[in-house]
Amino acid sequence: MALLEIRSLGKSFRGLRAVADASLEVPEGGLVALIGPNGAGKTTIFNMAAGVYAPDEGQILFSGRRIDGLRPDQICAAGIGRTFQIVKPFAGLSVLDNVIVGALRRAPSVPRARELALGILGRLDLAAKKDLPASSLTLPDRKRLEVARALATGPRLLLLDEVMAGLRPTECDQMVEVFRELNRGGLTILLIEHVMRAVMALARQVVVLHHGEIIARGAPAEVVRDPAVLECYLGEDAAI
Amino acid sequence: MSAQRRAAALLALLAAALLALPLVANAYLLSVATLILFFAFSGQAWNVMMGFAGQLSLGHSLYVGLGAYAAAGLFFHFGIGPWAGIWLAIAVCVAAGAAIGFLAFRFGISGVYFALLTIAFAEFTRIGFDHIGWLGGPGGLFIKVEQRQAADLLNLRGPPVMFYYVMLALAAGAFALCAWLLRSRAGYYWQAIRENEEAAQALGINTFRWKMLAVVISAAMTSFSGVFFAFYYNNLFPETIFHISRSIEIILGPIIGGIGTLFGPILGAAVLTILADSITDLLAAVGLEFPGVKQVFYGVVLLLVVMFLPHGIWPALARRLGLDRKS
Amino acid sequence: MAVDLVVNVALAGVLTGLVYGLMALGLSVIFGVVRVVNFAHGEMMTVAMYAAVGLFTAFKLDPFLSVIPVAAAFFVLGYLLQTGLINPFITRPEHSQFMLLVAIAIIVVNGLLMAFGPDARNVQVDYQLESWAAGPILFDKARVYAAGVAILASGALFAFFRYTRTGKAIRACADNYLGAKVVGLDVKHYYALTFGLGSACVAVAGCMLILLVDVTPSLGPSYTLLAFVIVIVGGLGSMGGALLGGVLIGLSEAMAGLFIQPSAKSMFSFALLILVLLFRPQGLMGRRP
Repeated sequence: MALLEIRSLGKSFRGLRAVADASLEVPEGGLVALIGPNGAGKTTIFNMAAGVYAPDEGQILFSGRRIDGLRPDQICAAGIGRTFQIVKPFAGLSVLDNVIVGALRRAPSVPRARELALGILGRLDLAAKKDLPASSLTLPDRKRLEVARALATGPRLLLLDEVMAGLRPTECDQMVEVFRELNRGGLTILLIEHVMRAVMALARQVVVLHHGEIIARGAPAEVVRDPAVLECYLGEDAAI
Repeated sequence: MSAQRRAAALLALLAAALLALPLVANAYLLSVATLILFFAFSGQAWNVMMGFAGQLSLGHSLYVGLGAYAAAGLFFHFGIGPWAGIWLAIAVCVAAGAAIGFLAFRFGISGVYFALLTIAFAEFTRIGFDHIGWLGGPGGLFIKVEQRQAADLLNLRGPPVMFYYVMLALAAGAFALCAWLLRSRAGYYWQAIRENEEAAQALGINTFRWKMLAVVISAAMTSFSGVFFAFYYNNLFPETIFHISRSIEIILGPIIGGIGTLFGPILGAAVLTILADSITDLLAAVGLEFPGVKQVFYGVVLLLVVMFLPHGIWPALARRLGLDRKS
Repeated sequence: MAVDLVVNVALAGVLTGLVYGLMALGLSVIFGVVRVVNFAHGEMMTVAMYAAVGLFTAFKLDPFLSVIPVAAAFFVLGYLLQTGLINPFITRPEHSQFMLLVAIAIIVVNGLLMAFGPDARNVQVDYQLESWAAGPILFDKARVYAAGVAILASGALFAFFRYTRTGKAIRACADNYLGAKVVGLDVKHYYALTFGLGSACVAVAGCMLILLVDVTPSLGPSYTLLAFVIVIVGGLGSMGGALLGGVLIGLSEAMAGLFIQPSAKSMFSFALLILVLLFRPQGLMGRRP
């Protein structure tokens, strides 16, 4: 049984079809990337999985249990963590406090949460900056903080929304390493990504979305050669 | 001396000074001090909602009034003392706060619209109480003033000194409660909600429930202000106690002192009351007595603080005193 | 209850409501474009009323004539207020701007108290006591004139926004701040212009209202709240909504005063505000925010 199952998901916004009959599975321990041109519906699927909206059609199952229509905090309680495309740090709090908020999800007390938080900051190489205000961090560090905070809640599945956007190639490679290590440790990851460098390096399976529908899925190397995929990214002539 | 030691030392000094004040102060000074503590306490209570959870309430006079009338009504009609009356006051305020919170949060009302909602409820109640004859109506509710030399703590009848210590105890209690809350799970969750509600939800925080908690705690605390007000001034008029000026007086302290901080409300209340009284005295000495001077002064201070010290006086002061350390 | 009494009261309510509507229109324009919650709106109206009183006392100037200098003065003051005090703080969090105007409101109300004292002031002109009769229905002259001016002023404002270049530029700034800047519009200037226009509306409304109501300093906060109730009920960003809301509130206040109790009439307005905020926050004619 896959950890996350999306079955025939559909969503429209005021008559505009954002997602149509999308189905995909993320196996336990898997590393799946969701790609596609802008406006393809990737973030909409994410937001439905994260509880931001309920789907119009279809179901989402996590560990066999239906989670579509639940609130975001209930989704987190079920074991799914997420980051945001535009990072949302708690600007007025310190880096450590930011992560403590996440850690309180599974720690019974503040001191225990603090311990957990310190551990996670260490793994993400932010320990030295723990007392700095979150607003003073650079973009790559803010992204790390966002990941650290989500990790602190102890998720089984992590949803990463365009986490590589705006990062330089070296920073991108560093993040890729972090996720590889987390995945080796047992964390399942589903990511939306435009930066192909990260997708090719990280994903074991790639799903391609176009106009709200899934048009291809498979290993990275296969998908990039798929004519349908080439057509949707580069236009009709490219497929030839 | 480390920042924490320094803070503890200053706190101890302040506590000692406040405890010893009645020994050196005359009646006027004592009443000013009592007023400062009253606003420090009320400001602290309001701060829980705004400074911690980020919900701007401009209708806190509602809770002061409800608390006051609940306790005063019980005393006036049934002779029930304030220590029993406080329970009704708390219950009524909690119900009112819960109702407002529920309506606002369920329907997604926030920011300025939330502030307007709180104003509307306070105004609605103000006019409503004018029509409750049983509680005195527009003519007011009066509690018998008995000049007792001995302090009757049970019925809160006694000399001004008694009221001073009662208010001091309340203010100290509020301070301790807020300090504890800030460091607890509630404090972290509230600040997270205040900073970014969406992100907080993604971290598993049931923001509705925690916002409700902030509103309810704030309302319950403010009910104490109301009960004190009733037994200290011994008269209640809907027109004054529910008036929007009362709400604004309550928030001036925390805004000027520093929203979301522990010392902000106290500092703000002290600065404002002392300065305001000094100005009115000064003008009176020169022969200029105008109704409304004090309020104009409040307005000007508020304007200056919002423009130049948006985080309030306390954060800047704390830095100067070498007390600032994220705790 | 006699039908003609009800009709007369209703009529008076509608006419007064049109003046309220003009006041609310000023707020709607300011809030709709500059996105500033003008908590000092009612206080500005009160100042306008006192200005009319002052001009009448000093020069025997009829409020209908005072409208011109007072509105002009308010336009300038509004422009300066926005430029000097509010524009620099546009990037601050919402509640900061709100508190700024709260501070101004406090200063204005109590300044008026200091200057004029708490007693009520008014103007006395002959036509306040005259009315036209159409059978049992009475049209108070003062009320009709005031409502007429309110309609004219609203119409002028509407035409300004619809047909003039500046008006369209302002609407552009309201719709899309960044976009407006990108095409080279001096947004801050247009914001100030809008605040000036909104203030001028308030000035006109104030000069009209002094014919119908006595003024005291404490009217300020009540009118601020009334303006917000009207704008929210009528719908944010809708000029027609402001007028419609004004008429509705004027009417309901008059009816509540007649059937329930005069002192309870504002309770009705607040109850309406609460209901609208909860169930239809975009108001009767507004767009969903």
